[in-house]
Amino acid sequence: MEIVVFYILAAVIVVFSVLTVTTQRILRSATYLLFVLFGTAGIYFQLNYSFLGAVQLTIYAGGIIVLYVFSILLTSPDGDKIATKLPKSKLFAGLVASLAGAVLCIFITLNHTFPVSRFVPGEIDMKTIGFALLGTEKYQYMLPFEAISVLLLACIIGGIMIARKRG
Amino acid sequence: MIHMEYYLVVSTIMFFAGIFGFFYRRNLLAILISIELILNSVDINFAVFNRYLFPGQLEGFFFTLFAIGISAAETAVAIAIIINIYRNIRNIQVSKLDKMKH
Amino acid sequence: MESAVLIFVLPMLMFMLLGIGGKYMTHRTAGRLGTLGLTVITVLAYVTAYRYFGAGRSGGVWLPQTVFHLEWLRFTENLQIELGILLDPISVMMLVVITTVSLMVHIYSLGYMKGERGFQRYYAFLSLFTFSMLGLVVATNIFQMYIFWELVGVSSYLLIGFYYTKPAAIAASKKAFIVTRFADLGFLIGILLLSFYTQTFNFTELMSGNVCASASGATFLGGSVIAWALGLIFVGGAGKSAMFPLHIWLPDAMEGPTPVSALIHAATMVVAGVYLVARLFPLYIEAAPELLVGIAIVGAFTSLYAAVVACVQTDIKRVLAFSTISQIGFMMVALGVSGMGGHAGLGYVAGMFHLFTHAMFKALLFLCAGAIIHTIGSNEMSAMGGLRKYMPVTHITFLVACLAISGIPPFSGFFSKDEILTAAFLFSPWMGVLMSGIAGLTAFYMFRLYYNIFWGAEAKREHTPHEAPVSMTAPLLFLAFVTCFAGFIPFGNFVSSDGVEYTIHLDGKVALSSVGLACVAIGIAFRFYRQASVLPAKMATAFGGFYRAALHRFYIDNLYLFITKRIIFAGISQGIAWFDRHVIDGAMNLTATVTQKVAYCIRGLQSGQIQQYAFVFLIGTLLIVVWMVFL
Repeated sequence: MEIVVFYILAAVIVVFSVLTVTTQRILRSATYLLFVLFGTAGIYFQLNYSFLGAVQLTIYAGGIIVLYVFSILLTSPDGDKIATKLPKSKLFAGLVASLAGAVLCIFITLNHTFPVSRFVPGEIDMKTIGFALLGTEKYQYMLPFEAISVLLLACIIGGIMIARKRG
Repeated sequence: MIHMEYYLVVSTIMFFAGIFGFFYRRNLLAILISIELILNSVDINFAVFNRYLFPGQLEGFFFTLFAIGISAAETAVAIAIIINIYRNIRNIQVSKLDKMKH
Repeated sequence: MESAVLIFVLPMLMFMLLGIGGKYMTHRTAGRLGTLGLTVITVLAYVTAYRYFGAGRSGGVWLPQTVFHLEWLRFTENLQIELGILLDPISVMMLVVITTVSLMVHIYSLGYMKGERGFQRYYAFLSLFTFSMLGLVVATNIFQMYIFWELVGVSSYLLIGFYYTKPAAIAASKKAFIVTRFADLGFLIGILLLSFYTQTFNFTELMSGNVCASASGATFLGGSVIAWALGLIFVGGAGKSAMFPLHIWLPDAMEGPTPVSALIHAATMVVAGVYLVARLFPLYIEAAPELLVGIAIVGAFTSLYAAVVACVQTDIKRVLAFSTISQIGFMMVALGVSGMGGHAGLGYVAGMFHLFTHAMFKALLFLCAGAIIHTIGSNEMSAMGGLRKYMPVTHITFLVACLAISGIPPFSGFFSKDEILTAAFLFSPWMGVLMSGIAGLTAFYMFRLYYNIFWGAEAKREHTPHEAPVSMTAPLLFLAFVTCFAGFIPFGNFVSSDGVEYTIHLDGKVALSSVGLACVAIGIAFRFYRQASVLPAKMATAFGGFYRAALHRFYIDNLYLFITKRIIFAGISQGIAWFDRHVIDGAMNLTATVTQKVAYCIRGLQSGQIQQYAFVFLIGTLLIVVWMVFL
């Protein structure tokens, strides 16, 4: 059962991530990205990281994709018909380099002997996550948490400042 | 029982799809989407390594969590910039963004 | 005594206030603020002087007091630069002189500079100058003195070039700065030598007497190093005090506003050289008495030269400028012929006394000249004449100052000059006779000036001259008052070479002869210039070449120009310039050209496209991975 689910997820991710970067229409590209993100969330669920999956769904699928769609609609009134063509040589070079990289990485991954790896099931308790996130001990993450909150605040202000219309 | 390497292979493909998109696309938003792909693949790796290799710990989990947060922030700012660019030159193709070069 | 610190700091604050905030003030506010600030400083200076001299002697001498002391820079154990305030008789006297004259000039300028562009700037610069000059005289060590020495140079430069739209003023300010800069190079080398061999900058330690012993071994070209150092320091003093042959900047400095000439180029800054020698006087006596003779000779020659030139100049400020040079020569002679202590130290007392009285009456002369120029609008004597009817106050005060500088009793100049002459006779009869002659010349040229301005034929004028406003005449009256009575100050009580009380006696013979000589000179001037007469022209033809040479200041300026333009610029500098342009610049240009060419060749790599860069980066990464994993 798990295997089947995994293969489905893997197929979804691989197919749609390739489609994301190859389709000529940018809106489709965003939609395919959404599927890839769903697939990723599925993998998190499968790894028993339900919290991570939920975060992935709400932030990525719920927030970021909407942001993309909006900005695509704002910036391409014609529905992105005029995708400029690249020289064939460049496309070819990019393709070859990426494929070579992928093959190389996969080769290394499969040849590498990892330490004993086994799947240990078990959901992480929300309480544990909460304590780890807001504690100040070793392996607790108060400082990054605060840093990221400041970062987000800065992004809100920065986004407004950059995008607002100057009178 | 799924081997860890399977997940890694999937994330690698996703990663290089993102890389390819980064080279190939000429639309700023499409480039940004490619970057999202790259980030996601790395997130998967973190989660997988945490689950398979260090099940008792939470580092990978939190890395993924923070990476999602940061990528959200990055996207917001990048899109703000792109919209601003569009407002100025009515175009978001990278080949047109060479006003400052000359 | 702590009020002395305020004297030091307040003018600086005034400078900053007027310099930064001046733009936002009206002329009237800026002027009044500056004058008010200086009034406070003057009162403080008087209080300091009263307290210092009121405290009495200890052990029969005036002890120097360091009332403020700050270690400013500490380089090593031995090399520290300090800032401080040293009070001793001469510095207290200078405080009084500087603040008094400066206050008078401030008040006077309210009227004189009225309506000028940059009025606030003018007052800011005056404050800067006052600050620097006060810092100079209260310096506790020679390095502090050097710092303020340069600062007075800068403020003098700024004030000479105050009318910066006039090319002559700019040229004059540059000339003053460059000439004194050359002299200051000597000063700096002297300071470094002195402090290297004595291991101290501090005046008190330098005076203590054992420093020369520590450096006595070191000699250079037959003279002790200390003597060389003192000689170089004197070069700096000679530059500032316009001693021959470094005097050329002072006459040109008259391009500045007249009150500035009164303050800087007559009363205070130009006597800094005299003050420097007086400050280091014990060291000169101890380490290089032969140098003092040299100083006396330089002073005497300068004095003679300037007096002769002053006799034929027609620009009234130039006459006063040469007169200043001549009088400073007198002071230098006084210091040069002086010994240490008692009657032998008369020259020191006399020099300092003359510095004091001269500051007052020469400032008065300049301010009178300013009042005249203010109403006439020209510096030339030919445009004046017969002014006594129109400007009674200026007339009387000018006459007082002329009598003082000529050495007629009971005006202050008589007392101080008489003592200088006595000291000169004490040193050598020849020196005495020479200086008496110069004193006679002084009387002649001053009264030539006086008669030409206030008597003689009236020039044609477009409008009737009028008396200056009260803000200008009040300082004149005050200074005239001081000039009348300053001679009766028992100066020897306060200032003497070794600090011991010295009662000044008039030498009857010397006094009588010098007064007689002055009267004869005044008589000649009266005969020549009281009314329009052919005698001056006759004299001029009789002396022919000499007259023309004197009119051109004996071609010293031309000589300088010849040396700089023909020899240094044409001979040496052009060769260097060629080398610079063709060899050094050529090498640089070659490098630049090669770089540019190469850059053009490879600039395609720098496309500005992030994607291209990322692609190259990926290729590189892959190659490295391949290399590390498989090879």
